[in-house]
Amino acid sequence: MARRITFMKAINEGLDMAMEKDERVILLGEDIAGGAGVEHLEKENEDAWGGVFGVTKGLMPKYGRERVIDTPISEMGYMGASVGAAATGLRPVPELMFNDFIGFCLDTVLAQGSKMRYMFGGKAKIPMTIRTCHGAGASAAAQHSGSYYGILASIPGIKVVVPSNPYDAKGLLISAIEDDNVVVFSEDKTLYGIKDEVPEEYYKVEIGKAKIKREGKDLTIVTIGKMLYVALEVADQLAKDGIEVEVIDLITVAPWDQETVINSVKKTGRLIVIDEANPHNNTATDIASVVGDQAFDYLDGPIKKVCAPNTPVPFATNLEQLYLPSAERVLETAAELIEDLKK
Amino acid sequence: MDKLTRERAEWIYKKMNDIRNFEDEVHQIFSAGSIPGFVHLYAGEEAIATGVCAHLTDNDYITSTHRGHGHCIAKGCDLDKMMAEIYGKETGLCKGKGGSMHIADIDKGMLGANGMVGGGFPIAIGAALRNKYLKTDDVAVCFFGDGAANEGTFHESINMASIWKLPVVFVNENNSFGEATPQKYASGSEHIADRASAYGIPGETVDGKDLMAVYEAAGKAIDRARKGEGPSIIECVTYRNYGHFEGDEQKYKAKEGTEKELAERDCLKEFRKYAISKKLLSAKKADGIEENSVKDIEHAIKFAEESPIPKPESLYEDVFVD
Repeated sequence: MARRITFMKAINEGLDMAMEKDERVILLGEDIAGGAGVEHLEKENEDAWGGVFGVTKGLMPKYGRERVIDTPISEMGYMGASVGAAATGLRPVPELMFNDFIGFCLDTVLAQGSKMRYMFGGKAKIPMTIRTCHGAGASAAAQHSGSYYGILASIPGIKVVVPSNPYDAKGLLISAIEDDNVVVFSEDKTLYGIKDEVPEEYYKVEIGKAKIKREGKDLTIVTIGKMLYVALEVADQLAKDGIEVEVIDLITVAPWDQETVINSVKKTGRLIVIDEANPHNNTATDIASVVGDQAFDYLDGPIKKVCAPNTPVPFATNLEQLYLPSAERVLETAAELIEDLKK
Repeated sequence: MDKLTRERAEWIYKKMNDIRNFEDEVHQIFSAGSIPGFVHLYAGEEAIATGVCAHLTDNDYITSTHRGHGHCIAKGCDLDKMMAEIYGKETGLCKGKGGSMHIADIDKGMLGANGMVGGGFPIAIGAALRNKYLKTDDVAVCFFGDGAANEGTFHESINMASIWKLPVVFVNENNSFGEATPQKYASGSEHIADRASAYGIPGETVDGKDLMAVYEAAGKAIDRARKGEGPSIIECVTYRNYGHFEGDEQKYKAKEGTEKELAERDCLKEFRKYAISKKLLSAKKADGIEENSVKDIEHAIKFAEESPIPKPESLYEDVFVD
């Protein structure tokens, strides 16, 4: 059996292997090592933090401060510098500490990195992987808990991936860094501690390909990131009533895997999408729109979205739990769709 | 710093003329309605792009602005393909998909005109970071206007360039107005170069209409950057001959006084006179350069007008690297 490591360790290992393989890969971010210029740390070649969650711990001691670059707290500066470095031949992996900070540096992805290749007539390549984290459930309140992968996914020229488990996290990150485009790699901060089997070797998980995590014929549930675990719980519950749920982990939200989702809906005739993002103009809405258009004749009921409410993320623990899509809410939604099956 | 040789003076004078003729022609063509979109002309500021780029090779990078035609020409972009790009033609430098505000040629180290005011700062320091990381002696030059100096990217990027001693030179083209707002109204510091001391780097304000003043200041700063001694700010005080964009009535421009005097100076005439007096150019040579430049721009217009428009399917191309 392969060894079991955490989601965080899998990401760290992906970065480590990508850096080992290609010297053009550099990391930039706020305190991704920590303690830059502090004499006693420099003497011992130690990092102070290794990132605010410790995801990049140990990489600076191994690769040096030339490749693991602590930046000032200047998101537009270092995110934009990553675009410039990528356009001129490096493969930067900047870390945006929380995806909620995108407001400070959106220009670099909205108007610069994502559009250069197109604007420049196909001459530019921007091989840049933006690591960031999203997600409620850590009592981090409204400015450190949002889920904005869907906003970024609506920009042409960017790929956006949201891994749900350690195996995918490592393989997807390696794929992202090898990709010649801007890829946003969004980590759910509440998953950092989960463990799973992860091979020790260098491997890739394909961007743009969803995974069927559980097969079923009665209802399709598409999930993004952590929402996979909600769907699996629902599937277990419904299985007790003889309802077979097909669970699809979308993995990539841009470009999302229309073929896998549509084929599943054609088989089951029912669709629920669980997306932790706020409900309007999010990925779930896009999936509902495309499936409604492409598979209307196969549907036995309305397409349902289970999302966060249209509110910021609250601080109080009880409210935050209410904010997150839950198995209870998905079960209630499923009940509306599968009434006929129970008869 | 390299002394201004005859050969280089000829190169500079040709590029200055190319920029002036290019922009004057674009002005006419735009008025006639043959060019679509938003066009911001560089005429009047030629001494800056040429005085700086005279020190650069194809391996050095520049970032540019919405007023980018002059930087493109000075960095060696093809005139025919530039004009075709502004016309929105398939043969354009960017296949007609960038237009005036996004002309770029990465092979020439030209990282793009930029429709985002202040957008070039972080890109330039990224290119400089690459130069340093790969241990080259290549530099990056970030051209920016006085308006861009008030964007947050100015602060973040120059601060980072300073702490990392990046090989980058920030060349400010202070043409007295950010759009229709005077620089003096919009900036708390009298000179943009004065801000350099806050970042612990050299800053110098020069006469941007004087080619030699720009050439010498840029030469020093670029040398410094190449040697790994870090970034500088050069503020070049200048004036644009046209409005912010084509169609601008320019009601904000002064009708008399020192501003009007600055507006009436012609950096091409001044450099011609200087170069002839220093025997860097003969009058005959200068005349020849002027004639050739007119012909080259005529050729570019003909090329652009005769070129095909982009094929419909190209709408979908080059969004991603496949």
